[in-house]
Amino acid sequence: MARIDLVDLAHSYMSNPASRADYALKEMTLSWEDGGAYALLGPSGCGKTTLLNIMSGLLVPSQGRVLFDGRDMTQIITEDRNIAQVFQFPVIYDTMTVRQNLEFPLRNRGVPEAEIKTRVAEIAESLHMTAELDHKARGLTADAKQKISLGRGLVRQDTAAILFDEPLTVIDPHLKWVLRRQLKDLHRRYDFTMVYVTHDQTEALTFADKVVVMYDGEVVQVGTPEELFERPAHTFVGYFIGSPGMNVLPCRVEGSTAHVGGQALDLGRGYAPPAAGAKVELGVRPEFLGLAADGQGCPVTIQAMEDVGRYKIARVTLEGHPMAVVAPESARFDGDRARLSIDPGRINLYVNDHLVEGSL
Amino acid sequence: MEKPLNNKAWFLVLPVFVLVAFSALLPLMTVVNYAFQDTFGNNQFFWAGTDWFEKLLHSDRFGEALIRQVLFSGLILAIEVPLGIAVALCMPRKGLWVPVCLVLMALPLLIPWNVVGTIWQIFGRVDIGLLGHVLYSLGIDYNYTQDPLSAWITVVVMDVWHWTSLVALLCYAGLQSIPDAFYQAARIDGASRWSVFRHIQLPKMDRVLLIAVLLRFMDSFMIYTEPFVVTGGGPGNSTTFLSIDLVKLAIGQFDLGPAAAMSLIYFLIILLMSWVFYTVMTKQDEQDQNRKTGGGE
Amino acid sequence: MSSTSMPETGTPSETTLRTRGRGFPVKALVIVVYLVFLLLPIYWLLTMALKTNQEILSTFNLFPDNPTLANFTVILTDPAWYMGYVNSTIYVVLNTLISVTVALPAAYAFSRYRFMGDKHLFFWLLTNRMAPPAVFALPFFQLYSSIGLFDTSLAVALAHCLFNVPLAVWILEGFMGGVPREIDETAYIDGYSFPRFFTRIFMPLIAPGIGVAAFFCFMFSWVELLLARTLTSVDAKPISATMTRTVSASGLDWGVLAAAGILTIIPGALVIYFVRNYIAKGFALGRV
Repeated sequence: MARIDLVDLAHSYMSNPASRADYALKEMTLSWEDGGAYALLGPSGCGKTTLLNIMSGLLVPSQGRVLFDGRDMTQIITEDRNIAQVFQFPVIYDTMTVRQNLEFPLRNRGVPEAEIKTRVAEIAESLHMTAELDHKARGLTADAKQKISLGRGLVRQDTAAILFDEPLTVIDPHLKWVLRRQLKDLHRRYDFTMVYVTHDQTEALTFADKVVVMYDGEVVQVGTPEELFERPAHTFVGYFIGSPGMNVLPCRVEGSTAHVGGQALDLGRGYAPPAAGAKVELGVRPEFLGLAADGQGCPVTIQAMEDVGRYKIARVTLEGHPMAVVAPESARFDGDRARLSIDPGRINLYVNDHLVEGSL
Repeated sequence: MEKPLNNKAWFLVLPVFVLVAFSALLPLMTVVNYAFQDTFGNNQFFWAGTDWFEKLLHSDRFGEALIRQVLFSGLILAIEVPLGIAVALCMPRKGLWVPVCLVLMALPLLIPWNVVGTIWQIFGRVDIGLLGHVLYSLGIDYNYTQDPLSAWITVVVMDVWHWTSLVALLCYAGLQSIPDAFYQAARIDGASRWSVFRHIQLPKMDRVLLIAVLLRFMDSFMIYTEPFVVTGGGPGNSTTFLSIDLVKLAIGQFDLGPAAAMSLIYFLIILLMSWVFYTVMTKQDEQDQNRKTGGGE
Repeated sequence: MSSTSMPETGTPSETTLRTRGRGFPVKALVIVVYLVFLLLPIYWLLTMALKTNQEILSTFNLFPDNPTLANFTVILTDPAWYMGYVNSTIYVVLNTLISVTVALPAAYAFSRYRFMGDKHLFFWLLTNRMAPPAVFALPFFQLYSSIGLFDTSLAVALAHCLFNVPLAVWILEGFMGGVPREIDETAYIDGYSFPRFFTRIFMPLIAPGIGVAAFFCFMFSWVELLLARTLTSVDAKPISATMTRTVSASGLDWGVLAAAGILTIIPGALVIYFVRNYIAKGFALGRV
């Protein structure tokens, strides 16, 4: 097990990247703590897999270094990195039995026979696959195959980290929960550093101690699930996490007041005037908004009410800007007029998509 | 998903059935007819029973041609299959060179077979051919028109030249279907080059490889044109394979009875082999199917 | 990939870790050697086609001293030669059309339905791909003579159906299997009749498959000699037969023979060039 540091890392698939846009992975410095459970979250094509392949040594980055416990591994080939990886589609050796599959990484490294035996038995036990050890691997179901892929990483005692590249893509939905549960148990038991790539926020949030959100080749936020929810560092994080995503409205800021159209909103904090020409937006989660038929608050127009079971989502417009509001299941409105109340402490301010901190 | 039962589908198959029946069943019946009869000309036939078959099976001529044929097909498979796999493994997986390699490799496959013969007939000649001339200059006693060994080497090398690309292209197609993740996983598992071949590449190629072996066996077993052009079956009868012998018998000597009997035996050998291959192939498929439906946890 | 022979044991701190290196490009070398082996005989044919007979027989050189197109001129001006190409082209095209046309509905039936005797029929079709043409040479000769088709392009085209129709069915069935059956059902629900659905919707979907099937039909018909030679004498004589007869007659006109050979390679080369992106796919189905 090891701590992994990525220092000034960047990668481009082109041989002579000219502009920033040519980089699939923009410069970043990032650390993965020993034994941590990380989720790498982002939409397809944001550079998650590139980052993973650099860590496992399948790709050599265009610039920067990869450190394992402080040791520079950037140029070291995959075989010597002690990284394990579970891929999107199950990779198993078809012609071998489950046992042979699990033995394979150990045999390749010349581990003594007795040790191979005990390791394989132990791992099969924790994967709940002891009964299938002598089955041919080719006939197994997708979830069993994925467990074998994971097992091949776990049998090696020196594994620095296990990387998961959207491993549940081909698994039936009802089995996903079972596998996630097992994976969590295994993580607790073996305490490996785990980096889990996914584009599914539920998966990321239920799994990880820390979530790394990537967008367009950049790491936009590293944080606990709560941090991502309450203080998204980037408008993309706001959109991407939460259902529905954060409301983002263009505004003008003067001190501690934001102007959305003709409405003035109290921000609760004072902000320095943003640079001229910058894109200024405020973001607020639908969960932190209140909707009432009358009384205080900004006038909004209700466009639609969606009942999603335990609560309702109101689609409203404020000064022509669409917003979503989470309303209690009991909420009823006559007509389309309503008042919107906003908790000032919950409003985040974004300049050019990045969160800016205000002062009280 | 199970296909629906629909006997009306026969109407769709009918044109093929009629066409193939016309060009396969009718001639085959003629052959069977001849095989059991004898004639003294003027279209009068006598029932000859299994005479022709007995004579043929005891004749040295047929036996020798059969042995030569088996030897030739065996040699061809032993050379072309490993070589084809090796070439496929060395092909670039992607990039500009892929289409170039594919086009150049497919080229021999599209040359008329008699031209293949002509090319090697010229190439191997001691007086005007590059290969023959170079060998001769090196002091090697090579002359495919006089020396049976030289003739054999020429015919085998020619077939390797002609058909190895087919094996290579089939294997290459099989290799292309392996996702990158398999190679990456193998590197992570520390697999050696040999392990990658043995446990990833070979299993993924087994189906195409089976087809390659089947095709090469069948086609080499029926080889006619290329050796006919180069050696004409000689020197002596040293490169007279079954097809060449059969055509000599049927069209050269017009010995209809023996030729027909030989045709039937010849066809039966090939049919038997193709049935074996076909059964092995479909059995493997069925096993996979069963495992998929019955397997799992 | 760096070469690894012996597995290493121990923890990373004890062993030297290997870095990525550029080894000697063995693979590229193998491919280059193989391609040279493939191209050298063809190159030799080409140089001979560009030499005069006198130069061929008197000197031995790798490049023609005075490249000449005289041999090609002979072929392109003598009807006995160039009609061979025309005849070959006619029966090859005819055969490709017939094979693909009849194979399309049959392949559809095999890929979509079960019916009485379907498995046996399929196997029987395939056995014809395995039938030695030599077995059929004589019966074909008699069959086509008796119905007055001897020495016509149609006879050769029909004879080649023996192995090309099963092949086309096999290839097309593979491609059709890749088209989801829901598409058929949707079309029928939308009120398409079978012929309209088949030509308007289904055929465009399997266009690459039709291309591959046509390519292989073309190829096998183009390269076959035995049946083509047996079934023709004068009017429909294919180029390959013209060539073999010239060898036995004059025997020494190497330049013209080589030029004729080069000209037979050109159509094949053109066809490969046009379908180069489909070749791998056709082979991937393993159905040749």
